[in-house]
Amino acid sequence: MFWMDRFGTLRTGLNPWIDTFYMQDRMDNLLSRFSTAASQGFPSVNVWTNEEKALVTTELPGIEPDAIEISIVGKTLTIRGSRDPEKVEDNVSYHRRERWYGKFTKTLEMPFPVNSAKVDAKFNRGILSIMLPRLEADKPKKISVKVE
Amino acid sequence: MTEKAKNLPKKESESTDVVEKTRSARIYKPNVDIVERDGDIVLTADMPGVDEKSVDINLEKNILSIYGKVDLSTPDDVRLVYSEYGIGDYQRSFTLSGEIDKDKIKATLKNGVLKLILPKAEPLKAKKITVEAGE
Repeated sequence: MFWMDRFGTLRTGLNPWIDTFYMQDRMDNLLSRFSTAASQGFPSVNVWTNEEKALVTTELPGIEPDAIEISIVGKTLTIRGSRDPEKVEDNVSYHRRERWYGKFTKTLEMPFPVNSAKVDAKFNRGILSIMLPRLEADKPKKISVKVE
Repeated sequence: MTEKAKNLPKKESESTDVVEKTRSARIYKPNVDIVERDGDIVLTADMPGVDEKSVDINLEKNILSIYGKVDLSTPDDVRLVYSEYGIGDYQRSFTLSGEIDKDKIKATLKNGVLKLILPKAEPLKAKKITVEAGE
């Protein structure tokens, strides 16, 4: 397991971040055996953060931007959408069929509560990028030390 | 439609080429659908991060090669804390069976999906040989 520490160096071992996200995935996988509404871990995401915001990117080629639904509740980000299979005409033969299609729901826990009013989502070249600003009240406060 | 999208991890290309690319990016194999219709073959490839300017399609003899260059720059004020997918270029080659009309190949790229229409060449007209009765 590789992860970047706060100084930007590549580290291995246990990372609280990864555990949080993995747990979410595992929970989803567990739930999916019982419920059809749970996520199957699709699509794959990358998460970038600093103290003020988080950036979530995911690859969703061939989806129309207005077919993507993003919702935020507290710390939880949910991405929903679907991609329809190509229409199958008569007299055609498939040589290969590898591309995914169907519905997906992805749920991710952010490391901090999100200011949902200021979330910004962009879709470019099949890549969805969601910028999630941290809730102002949750940002760390700097306390200056006075000399007496 | 209730079918759910499956989680398919990106496959790194298992190129056995001796010739290496100068760009040291990871190379992935795009997932494709290939459909043969009456008059043409349609190839659809998922290449997120690629646009019409960064794709390179080549047909030499019967080898069709697709190469997609992806912008590898990362956002600079944030750091990667969790990663489920890798970022890299795309490459894949196919041997085409049958004759393709090379001049009429059409390619479009939208939302990270490449669509190639490869028209089949006009079949050579069968030449009928009439046999005349010998005298």
